Amino acid sequence: MKRRDMLAGLGGSVVAARAAHAADQSVWLSPQLPEGTRDVIRLETLPGKQPLIRLADRPPNYEAPISAFRTPVTPNEQFFVRYHLASIPAIDALGTWSLTVGGEAAERQITLRLEELQSGFEQVEVAAVCQCSGNRRGLSSPHVAGVEWGYGAMGCATWRGPRLRDVLAKVGAKADAIEVWFDGADGPVLATTPDFHKSLPIHKAMADEVIIATTMNGGKLPHLNGYPARVVVPGWTATYWMKHVTSIQVSRKPLDSFWMQKAYRVPAGMFAVDRPFPTQDNATTWPITDIVVNSLVADPIDGTRQPVDGFTVQGVAWDRGHGIRQVEVSLDGGETWKPADLGKDLGPFAFRAFTLRTGKLAPGKYAIASRATNNAGETQAAKLKFNPAGYHNNVPQQVAVTAA
Amino acid sequence: MLRYLPLAAMLFASSAFAQEEVALKPGPDLDAVTTSCATCHTLNYIRMNSSFLTLDAWKAEVSKMREAYGAPIDDQTAAAITRYLSANYAAPPKS
Ligand code: HEC
Repeated sequence: MKRRDMLAGLGGSVVAARAAHAADQSVWLSPQLPEGTRDVIRLETLPGKQPLIRLADRPPNYEAPISAFRTPVTPNEQFFVRYHLASIPAIDALGTWSLTVGGEAAERQITLRLEELQSGFEQVEVAAVCQCSGNRRGLSSPHVAGVEWGYGAMGCATWRGPRLRDVLAKVGAKADAIEVWFDGADGPVLATTPDFHKSLPIHKAMADEVIIATTMNGGKLPHLNGYPARVVVPGWTATYWMKHVTSIQVSRKPLDSFWMQKAYRVPAGMFAVDRPFPTQDNATTWPITDIVVNSLVADPIDGTRQPVDGFTVQGVAWDRGHGIRQVEVSLDGGETWKPADLGKDLGPFAFRAFTLRTGKLAPGKYAIASRATNNAGETQAAKLKFNPAGYHNNVPQQVAVTAA
Repeated sequence: MLRYLPLAAMLFASSAFAQEEVALKPGPDLDAVTTSCATCHTLNYIRMNSSFLTLDAWKAEVSKMREAYGAPIDDQTAAAITRYLSANYAAPPKS
């Protein structure tokens, strides 16, 4: 079995204009991905982006190559793109964008333009990991149906905008409000497909860290990352981070949406959460919410040759907001572990960089793995907690290198 | 609605990119698939999800497209699509 599988960037007609550039690029794909997934993947450059790994162009689903995670802040140009539904407003159409805030459990309704979001409220900044619930689905064993993501359907950015709580204060949420409902400007191709609607429990909607971001890493949100404004829900998976958000409704009922009640569910109690989402839980399944503690080795890349003088293992670790206490690195496939050095703390919801310098090594094969532990004492799973949608895979990734 | 310019047109029209043709394996009932399964998303979703779904799993996928996502496909066409998918993109039968 070949451990290494490099996709040489792109030939063919698709990216003729960028071929010279892309030819220097090659991207590592996990050998665990389904065969068909590896066949359809291309490296492709969307407008305003650097080359990303294309799983699908319609709707656009693109992930970052592992090399994007050598730094704890992911550049906007390398931030992954994920849509369920293929009607996406053109950037020009979003020039007339506005956000309606109200709902049955609000005192009043208001409409906000981008300038009002940026000038009418205190602006706060939060560094937070935006990770697709299905990140690493393609590595599930057995495989499950869906968009077959590898490791790169995630990124960490510094998001800036008003707190959701402050915006809700303008419409006066009533005491019996239980959820806040969200809609975005993108929609289905056919009206018979359920539009992508999501909700948060009132306690999370009111949390200090939840904002409506109008900037990302100091710049505008890229078109396909939610321009002009998206909801940022630090600690929770990206399914709640509504892009191009156009409607926020305070409600006294649980949102009855396919995307809440049928999709994005995990077996009840299988994964740690800080607080339940009581209005959407049922006896057998819960909505996916809190991100599980995890880490990724961004360098070296699986299948590469490294110097016997030693090399640096580096990557990022993250969790649902408790913060990372420790990252350990193994060179022998998990037999023994050494603590890595942690980089600067950018906040509890952000990627935490880690590095480990190996000493001199005997020539031979090394099986690198990293394992993070958060401040709640939770560690990555040794064995996959299989679930039907392939969520929350935090089994340490295996990176095989040869020292020579 | 003008606001909802399809992404394909929007992203690719003015750029150097051309939309890639998706090639599914030739075979009986391929027509049913190309007519019914490309409205909402690329046909590459089929290739991406191969070859690990069993015949029953493909049947369930086709039902999901109809029932959950509102794909306008009649029973006869659905049966043809399932036949095609299981013949071309399914997990090898377990012996
Ligand atoms: C009415 C719109 C629509 C039509 C028509 C449609 N699909 Fe889908 N399909 C979807 C949506 C929506 C998704 C989910 C996208 C997501 O989660 O990102 C999807 C996802 C998929 C997936 C990924 C696995 C999964 O379950 O999410 C496969 C495979 C798939 N479709 C196959 C088909 C086939 C085969 C047909 C033809 C019978 C078809 N689709 C027709 C809307 C449609």
